Amino acid sequence: MKIKNIIITFVSAIAILFSTSVVSLAKVVGDKIILGAAISLTGKYSSNGVHTQNGYNMAVDRINSMGGVKVGGKTYMFDIIYYDDESNPKRAAQLAERLISQDGVEFMLGPYSSGLTKAIAPVTEKYGVPMVEANGASRSLFTKGYKYLFAVLAPANLYLDVAIRTAVELNGGKGVRIAQAFEQDAFSQDVRLGILDAAKETGSKIIIDDKLPKELNDMAATLAKVKATKPDVLVVSGHTKGALTAIRQIAEMKVDVPMLAMTHCDAAKLSKQHGANSQYALCASQWHKTLTYKDDFFTDGMTYDADFTKEFGYAPPYQAAESSAALLVFKDAFERAGSFDQKKVRDALAATNMQTFYGNIKFAEGGQNVDKPMVLFQVMCDDAGKCENKVVAPLKWASAELIHPIPKWSSR
Amino acid sequence: MDFLIFQVPILTVQAVLDGLLLGILFALIAYGMALQWGVMNIINIAQGDLVILGGYIAYFMYLYGIHPAWGVIVSPIIMYFVGVIIYKLVINKVVDRDLFISILATFGISILFMQLMNFAFGADVVLANSGYGTTMLFDNSVTLPNSKIFSAFISIVFAIGLVIYMKKSKLGRAIRATAQNARAAKILGVDTEKVYAATFGINAALCGVAGALISITFTIHPYMGLPYTIRSFMIVIVAGLGNLPGVAMSGMGLGVFEEFADYILGTEFRIGSVFLLLVLILVYRRFKLSKKREYLK
Repeated sequence: MKIKNIIITFVSAIAILFSTSVVSLAKVVGDKIILGAAISLTGKYSSNGVHTQNGYNMAVDRINSMGGVKVGGKTYMFDIIYYDDESNPKRAAQLAERLISQDGVEFMLGPYSSGLTKAIAPVTEKYGVPMVEANGASRSLFTKGYKYLFAVLAPANLYLDVAIRTAVELNGGKGVRIAQAFEQDAFSQDVRLGILDAAKETGSKIIIDDKLPKELNDMAATLAKVKATKPDVLVVSGHTKGALTAIRQIAEMKVDVPMLAMTHCDAAKLSKQHGANSQYALCASQWHKTLTYKDDFFTDGMTYDADFTKEFGYAPPYQAAESSAALLVFKDAFERAGSFDQKKVRDALAATNMQTFYGNIKFAEGGQNVDKPMVLFQVMCDDAGKCENKVVAPLKWASAELIHPIPKWSSR
Repeated sequence: MDFLIFQVPILTVQAVLDGLLLGILFALIAYGMALQWGVMNIINIAQGDLVILGGYIAYFMYLYGIHPAWGVIVSPIIMYFVGVIIYKLVINKVVDRDLFISILATFGISILFMQLMNFAFGADVVLANSGYGTTMLFDNSVTLPNSKIFSAFISIVFAIGLVIYMKKSKLGRAIRATAQNARAAKILGVDTEKVYAATFGINAALCGVAGALISITFTIHPYMGLPYTIRSFMIVIVAGLGNLPGVAMSGMGLGVFEEFADYILGTEFRIGSVFLLLVLILVYRRFKLSKKREYLK
């Protein structure tokens, strides 16, 4: 009996040893370029994690079917190894470590959310693995001097900058009175910093500056303050929960404010949940299908929207679009580098200057994309109660005119 | 911006009313917790997750075109059975163990519930619209959403109903007897096993009511349960075990205190100030207790 146990232990020990050493793949196997990604497929970010994964997959299929990546006269196909990070930063960092040191991945795609990107970036940086990420916008990602991190999206502090500037413009260039409520997470606080900068530059005054606790879903106190002080602009950022709570309570408490600017309205599907109550809200977005950017793979935003809807059965939120763009950036960089040397690919990424259906992409020193402005859309509803997001700023892409000030509740 | 509440005195009314309405709802959840804590000596970490599950029941009714307010009737019925099943599967194995084991077990249930809800309902934040409109007071300067008033009203109805049930019904008396002394109750012919199951079921049903109300007034999300657990835990701690009127008072008190902390100290200190109050109350209790001991000497 004892001997049998020893034999079993011995055999399984050898089996484990083999299994770990055999897994090690190289980054480029045959004609495949293997990218690694830790994505939130379960846990609290799972819906946006899935959008991210769908975006990646859509681009991989498209690039592969249109001839793949040509490096050094040879054609390669993209392939991605996914792991589920369970929406947990610690797990994400472990998985990045595993992808790099066990699976031998030499190029990474980003996870969903700023928090998880922050957890992974030190690992990819340590191993010198270039990572193109599409869903981490927090400013602090780009101030740490990371050399191997590239983000295709605009940093968080620019999300609602446009809204403040538009409000000031409508006010005849004079500063406005701003009330703001931000959740206490890295992303929302970055958006807040952006507002502080914009307020300073435009001579605007911040009269309410509330920091919402993460666990709270009641904004009644903040909104009562807004009612009492009558600001020109109300800015709210607290992910989907914040957007939904704000719209519900603004309508319930009949808070009249000339301009309401928010983040996460696209993903929140505000108008679907709240119907006409969400009308006139201004939402910051990284991308909208009506923008006129073009590329060879997805043609333009409208085509991407149609193709994505056909494949996955729902309209692509910007999280999916920017994820697809990350693959286009990688393809472009590989071809310009003409090699799979990580250093060369990194340098090629740093020199990126291209247009995709998602927007222009050009990286600053810190890795953030500086060539793509945020867009603002306004929720507009017709008489039948059907609501749509219409781009209102910047003016270049505006498909509708901004409705300002928001009509009072008594007349709605 | 400092002390806006003193410049605009009408905000005091708004703060008190908001706090009361919020507090009553929290008190209902705490009520269930106090009940099963008192009877079974179990601190239920999964309390908030039961609330959220109850909320999803109302939300799905809303999705299928039934007014979510009916959730306050349907949700507790379903949740009662959920509670009994949880009891039969897990809780009955930890009832007589020490508090730490029960915390671990219910913590496990909490994680399981979160993941299952995430798996079944998705990670999107959802809510149910009641379409109840708004009550305006004092020339529109105080606004109260009718959904909040409805929630508070329903909470009070259920709380009073429960108190009467505990006093008058056979099961209620058995529950109270078991809470006082489980062994003696058993000797006198009370089937404590049944009483425990019913208690846990009633607790889950109360969570179901609260959840349905929360889906109407706030938002629900699979991972949003823990704040409700913590809040009800605090309310029970402040009120003391077995003190049901105390639970109602401390729920409302904490609600109002929180609103004022928001206006005076700022939103970021809202939760912090409630915790500070909790610490102060515990220190004060200990101080009183140590005095008592001296007296006994």
